[in-house]
Amino acid sequence: MTDKPKIPAIELKQLQFFYQRGGWQLNLPELTLHCGQHLFVRGASGSGKTTLLNLLCGITRPVSGELYINGQPLHKLSSSARDSLRAKHIGVVFQQLNLIPYLSVLDNTLLSSHFAGQNKAAALNRAKTLLQRLGLNAELWHKAANQLSVGQQQRVAIARALLPKPVLLIADEPTSALDSDNRDAFMRVMLAEADANGCSVIFVSHDQSLTQYFHTQLDMQQLAKGVQPC
Amino acid sequence: MLMKLARLSLWNRRGTVLMTWLSLTISIALLLGIDHLRTEAKSSFTSTVSGTDLIVGARSGQLNLLLYSVFRIGNATANISWPTYQRIIKHPQIDWAIPISLGDSHRGYRVMGTNSDYFKHYRYANSQPLVLAQGEPFAQVFDTVLGAEVALKLGYKLGEQIELSHGVGAVSFSQHKDKPFTVVGILAATGTPVDQTVHVSLEAIEAIHLDWQQGAPMPGRQLSSEQVLAMDLTPKSITAFMLGLKSRMATFTLQRQINEFKNEPLSAILPGVALAELWQMLSMVENLLLLISLLVLLAALVGMITTLLASMKERQREMAILRAAGAHPWYLFVLIQVEVLLVTLLSMLSAAALLLLSLYLLQDRLAADFGLFISLNIIKLNTLYWAGGILLLSALLATLPGILAYRKALADGLTVRL
Repeated sequence: MTDKPKIPAIELKQLQFFYQRGGWQLNLPELTLHCGQHLFVRGASGSGKTTLLNLLCGITRPVSGELYINGQPLHKLSSSARDSLRAKHIGVVFQQLNLIPYLSVLDNTLLSSHFAGQNKAAALNRAKTLLQRLGLNAELWHKAANQLSVGQQQRVAIARALLPKPVLLIADEPTSALDSDNRDAFMRVMLAEADANGCSVIFVSHDQSLTQYFHTQLDMQQLAKGVQPC
Repeated sequence: MLMKLARLSLWNRRGTVLMTWLSLTISIALLLGIDHLRTEAKSSFTSTVSGTDLIVGARSGQLNLLLYSVFRIGNATANISWPTYQRIIKHPQIDWAIPISLGDSHRGYRVMGTNSDYFKHYRYANSQPLVLAQGEPFAQVFDTVLGAEVALKLGYKLGEQIELSHGVGAVSFSQHKDKPFTVVGILAATGTPVDQTVHVSLEAIEAIHLDWQQGAPMPGRQLSSEQVLAMDLTPKSITAFMLGLKSRMATFTLQRQINEFKNEPLSAILPGVALAELWQMLSMVENLLLLISLLVLLAALVGMITTLLASMKERQREMAILRAAGAHPWYLFVLIQVEVLLVTLLSMLSAAALLLLSLYLLQDRLAADFGLFISLNIIKLNTLYWAGGILLLSALLATLPGILAYRKALADGLTVRL
């Protein structure tokens, strides 16, 4: 990889998105996230969190504005180029059910390096190290993913997201299915691993108590126009 | 990884996949089986008679002549007189001739009067001669040589005495009871109507009818076997005869000469041409069978696609995870294609196994009951075409759920609408 420390993980300018002209809108005037910086995105449901994540992941393209991930202009790239960018530089963790139930823990982890087109042997070694560091021991590796507890599954998802050494880890309320003890343990281990890999985390949640872990905050309520209160 | 995903995903849905596999296996086996039987039946059919250049009978259509002389189906319209036969076979181009005299039967099996040239010159399949499994050709007047099926079905052994019946029905009211025949030979199975024929000499046919007139025994004039043997048994007429020529080039000339024969209205046919014409009539049925099995296959494939389409909803989460991990929508499309091709390929293999097994089990029955000799070799060029066609068709049909997966992946993004 040709990462230079000067290039920010995310840089966006005058980003605008809407599904229909005149309807609901998402506006992001400016945001820069340097490598290793973490961002907490807070917002109620319907506030456009998912839309923002889809934009950052390159699933949807902004209507106007500029969006750079790791220095690459996502707003200009074709959909397949955005897909490979996501595979290489962005890790994603969902609320729950992050794993393909019929694949083993190890295979689930290796999926991301497969799509990033990385060397298999190296990826396997790194996957084992990552899983170990996330507290998932060797006896779990060959179990089917659905035999694990929710907390364990979320940690496997972190391992998968971090395996291709992304610059950005996007986590969409990954702790909502966890109890408070598990949640704190999860936050610590996720951020520790992200820091160890020099990866920025964008963490989306409505849980105010988690803000303590983050350098920066973004309130969705201020960005979206025409939000219907729910 | 793609193969692993496809394999494990199928295994994860093994219930529905199993049913799909089962229906595909059955329909592919059906298709290949019918195709196999078709080609085998055709070759079995067209190999009924070989090496014979012309078949001559009283004037009639070529199918009628072929049917009664070769397949023992139907009856001749008229006979050929013995002097005419003698005169024609003196033609310098003729290498050999086999006279045939039909009209009697034995418990439903046709009796054919002929001479020793039959065993010498008659050929079937790829110029295979008749082989005696037991015994030897008839030498005495009241000797008979049985076809393989006759001996097997009726349980006859060498040395046994049998009686012939007048006419060709399975149950005949007029028997040639007074003149029993001795089984002296049993032919090896040929897979042709020869297996269903009781062979006797021309003289025997003459002998059993000496004391008959107008198709019924003459009252008050019974001749014993011994009396008959002392009489002149030269046949007065025969039903048809087969000709082998010295040079095939002469076939058409001779055919024309026989057709224009002045003394008696005769027809000479080329067995190959007549067989082809007959097969063409039968192939209607065969094509219909093939069409039906094709439709069955199509139904099975559509069934597979239906279950796939139904499963797409429960697989949305799976697709979203793959997308989040960096999979391009094309990857999902290919994944579904690979799954479909895997199932189809597996079904083809099991269909081939099923077909082989059933052919192996049915082979003897088919040979015994229908005179069909089916080889176990089902892999032919044709089979490969079918296999390719089936794979292509399934891939084509799989584009439907594939495109659905592709488009859903684009529309839903990483979120899953449950």
